[in-house]
Amino acid sequence: MSVQESISKKLQESFKPSFLQVLNESSMHNVPPGSESHFKVTVVSEQFEGKTLVARHRMVNGCLNHELSGPLHALAIHTYTCKEWDKRQAQSPDSPACLGGSKAS
Amino acid sequence: MDVLDRIKEQVESNPVIIYMKGTPKMPMCGFSSRAAEALMQCEREFAFVNILADQEIFQNLPRFADWPTFPQLYINGELVGGCDITLELFESGELQKMVHNAVDNAAG
Repeated sequence: MSVQESISKKLQESFKPSFLQVLNESSMHNVPPGSESHFKVTVVSEQFEGKTLVARHRMVNGCLNHELSGPLHALAIHTYTCKEWDKRQAQSPDSPACLGGSKAS
Repeated sequence: MDVLDRIKEQVESNPVIIYMKGTPKMPMCGFSSRAAEALMQCEREFAFVNILADQEIFQNLPRFADWPTFPQLYINGELVGGCDITLELFESGELQKMVHNAVDNAAG
């Protein structure tokens, strides 16, 4: 299973999202073609209701703990409840361009 | 001093501190750059640690607050979050309030 498939599957199972987007943004960074190192995830789930942003991100990081300790180098996380997602008109922010910093070994 | 004690001392002695790749003026990562840019627009002084220049902190910061990625922003010794949270708080105007309160209270 690719890293992308594995991220999608885990988020789907954990959060039962009403919207889920897993974008491989590795090509925006200084890594070989075909890499699966930089991802952006947008998760819309009622499970985020009443939770702080830090708590939500901890939930996502925890779910992807295995990937984060392996191939996954950067993870942009955007979490919304259904209501917040409607208010944003179903748009999550764009990720920044790479500036060349290295990865922790 | 143990590295975790060193980090603890840094976050407790600086009301606003960001651990980032590079420096605010010369960031080495897009996520660090955006988070530092938002902080600079809060119009208060803040501390930063260039984790690329301190391998010990680079390797150990993730286990300090159980947060796996960089940058990491701390206000009043508490983890606020990484780039995405920093920007979301900035866009809602909340970050400016948090930074102003922390810095102004520390100055007495």
